[in-house]
Amino acid sequence: MSNKLSPLSKAFLVLIFLVLYAPIFFLVFYSFNSGGTMYDFKGFTFEWYKELFQDTRLLIIVLNTLVIALLSALIATIIGVIGAIGIRSFTSSKAKNTLLSLNNVLIVSPDVIIGASFLILFTMAGIKLGFYSVLLSHIAFSIPIVVLLVLPKLQEMSPTLIDAARDLGASRWDVLTKVILPYILPGIFAGFFMALTYSLDDFAVTFFVTGNGFSTLSVEIYSLARRGISLNINALSTLLFAVTLLLVVVYYFITQRVRQTGMGGRR
Amino acid sequence: MQNKMSRNIYFIPYVLWIALFVIAPILLILYYSFFDIEGNLSLINYQKFFTPVYLKMTLSSFWYAFLITGISLLVAYPTAYLLTKTKHKQLWLLLIIVPSWINLLLKAYAFIGIFGTYGVANGFLEAIGIGKQQILFTDFSFIFVSVYIFIPFMILPIFNALDEMNPTLLDAANDLGASRWMTFRRVIFPLTIDGVKTGCQVVFIPALSLFMLTRLIAGNRVITLGTAIEQHFLVTQDWGMGSTIAVFLIIIMFLIMFVTGNRKQGV
Amino acid sequence: MKKLVQMFLVISVVSALLLYAISRLNTSQGFTSSYTLTIYNWGDYIDSDLIDRFEEETGIKVIYETFDSNEAMMTKIEQGGTTYDIAIPSEYMIDKMREEDLLVPLDHSKLPNLKNIDERFINLPFDPENKFSVPYFWGTVGIVYNSKMLGGKEITAWADLWDNDLKNEILLTDGAREVMGMGLNSLNYSLNDTNEEHLQEAKAKLDTLTPNIKAIVGDESRMLLEAQEAAIGLVWSGVASEIMAENEDLEYVVPEEGSNLWFDNMVIPKTTKNVDAAHQFINFMLDPEVAAQNAEYVSYSTPNKEALKYMPEEVVKDERFYPSPELTEKLEVYENLGKKNLARYNELFLEFKMHRK
Repeated sequence: MSNKLSPLSKAFLVLIFLVLYAPIFFLVFYSFNSGGTMYDFKGFTFEWYKELFQDTRLLIIVLNTLVIALLSALIATIIGVIGAIGIRSFTSSKAKNTLLSLNNVLIVSPDVIIGASFLILFTMAGIKLGFYSVLLSHIAFSIPIVVLLVLPKLQEMSPTLIDAARDLGASRWDVLTKVILPYILPGIFAGFFMALTYSLDDFAVTFFVTGNGFSTLSVEIYSLARRGISLNINALSTLLFAVTLLLVVVYYFITQRVRQTGMGGRR
Repeated sequence: MQNKMSRNIYFIPYVLWIALFVIAPILLILYYSFFDIEGNLSLINYQKFFTPVYLKMTLSSFWYAFLITGISLLVAYPTAYLLTKTKHKQLWLLLIIVPSWINLLLKAYAFIGIFGTYGVANGFLEAIGIGKQQILFTDFSFIFVSVYIFIPFMILPIFNALDEMNPTLLDAANDLGASRWMTFRRVIFPLTIDGVKTGCQVVFIPALSLFMLTRLIAGNRVITLGTAIEQHFLVTQDWGMGSTIAVFLIIIMFLIMFVTGNRKQGV
Repeated sequence: MKKLVQMFLVISVVSALLLYAISRLNTSQGFTSSYTLTIYNWGDYIDSDLIDRFEEETGIKVIYETFDSNEAMMTKIEQGGTTYDIAIPSEYMIDKMREEDLLVPLDHSKLPNLKNIDERFINLPFDPENKFSVPYFWGTVGIVYNSKMLGGKEITAWADLWDNDLKNEILLTDGAREVMGMGLNSLNYSLNDTNEEHLQEAKAKLDTLTPNIKAIVGDESRMLLEAQEAAIGLVWSGVASEIMAENEDLEYVVPEEGSNLWFDNMVIPKTTKNVDAAHQFINFMLDPEVAAQNAEYVSYSTPNKEALKYMPEEVVKDERFYPSPELTEKLEVYENLGKKNLARYNELFLEFKMHRK
């Protein structure tokens, strides 16, 4: 923490953030376009936002999307962490590699294939398509990314640490909750957030496994492409983006305060 | 090691996931790959894969995935490094992830607008005297947008690896008179190699099967294995050939995992 | 650890709240009522006011689901697991779906409004006697060009695209049938041709077009053409009419060598649980006034002859989007060529795409 960033480093970071947010600013900007298109700014309007608030169907879809994203990321994180701990406990590197490769199959497979094969599996198992089939699929394709992000943290951990804890009479549960989990916490958070990303972005898998009136935002947006995406989708993204940004910042500063007053500096 | 049984009980959800959502789909894909387009059992798909069209496609997929991974690493490493030096590093890290929660199709449309003939990028080029260039539908725009999409996945594991590093190590290196480059090469980089490896895996593997951007941003000037699979599943409805390409993708991934995984034996 | 438990709790509570909100909204919208009709359609391809009106008139609750490609839609219906009462596939798909036994025959006695459809669009080769389908919208495939960007140059034929002045100006659509069809048509072959030599010839001809092609794109072509990113595009007439409303320099032409005539149609898939309501809906959509309102919203051409009376004259008289019978006579509808031939089309199209580099 001691060394200040040099101006050059600062400029670099600013540039990275500018590029990362450029397309989003673009979408936000045109959400106020009275011209109705994403290339020619005619005049300022709130029309698209007004239209948005009258659309209950879209509101339901947005809520569906959020529930699926949060729940699937949460459950995938739990299973993924368990999986990563399990994989680490194997001593032979061959077994480890095999498991890890299996773990990665869903990352390398294109979405259509995952979607189509999940669809076949669900109909074979007689699962009704809708909320649960989508949730299950999202959990399924988010698990590997969690495992991949948690694993390096686990591997970094020296085995002697666990042995020491064990020697001091800690139970398995204690070792897990007091030693392992706190240590891999950054990995767990990284996994959770990437699982969220996977879920929010997915179109093809959701398309195949959804049904009975259940829809998510991605499916809706892609199906709009044939007739042109209207700017109320931009307006919607703008609102979601603003809320997310607010939540992230508020959440961060609350936890900061808690940390400072409560637990002392240790993460 | 004490009781393998209880370890296995924890492990059940993950194993169940592998069985249901990894092994079962792989078997399904394998099964389909042995059928030709008219539903007869045959090896024709495998024969077809070894024709120049598909071999060329495989090579170009590799080449682009390699470029995307390499450039992502070059951008992500310094970014992650500088992020660890900022005051509210966790917050900044979160802000790196937030843009990835906006729908990919919308962001792609935004990039079409930005890189278009009358877009911001060309306006800038004109202002500095270079003049209008064709940016959209080139290799450059394709790689740029792909890197944009994958960059959070590269930054996260590297950030986590760097963040855990013990600052006293660096001080020690400095005290011993190591130059900054030496410190980086001999101390920092080796300690973060696990994070780098994870980052490369979570970028390279999905980059092999990129599909949507090849059309939206590259105007089908770039054809990858992902595009071909997409076509076979959704246009020709030739699930056999699509599955065959997927089988090869999975085999390639296994090979990569074993090659990159073996270096660190007995961890 | 505390942080983990905290996060776990917060997310669970938030999810529970969201789920509660969704169920409240669903009930208030009547989505839980048992007498429902599920429509499977392209996104934004119907005036939603009409759905409201249908619900009011009949007391049937409509669930509207969307797809983004014919093939994906067929896969979903084939696999079952969800009930669709109405679907809107394109014409070549109907033959395929009938072959796979995915369609329920229509009961014409329940569709008195069927008489409103123009005779030209009844009894077409993809569905003789309209046993399974009723046309919803129709149109052509043609060339949209920006006369201002081309300096007043006029385009009337496919052959005009092979012009050395048009370097890097053409947007093709990412469809094997459309692009190969253009190659075949430009050689005066049928766009349903399956003769291997003719196909090879067409592909070779297309290869020579490469320098003029800017990109091969999908639905985003509308945005690119509107924004003058390219001067020429191979498009469906529906897309053309929409973007021409936005940009008045654009002109649409159906090439004189011939082109494709397409239909989107209403069908009742095998997954239906409510055949009666499905017929009611089809009949409702065939009502002249309803069809006119829908056509104005969607801005594609309606096959409903009676509906034309309720529409503005300048729309109905526009020969570009309501071509005369003499013109449509020259156009061809896509036939279902069978899987093997379709695969051949796609292979050649893939090779053509790879040739670009």
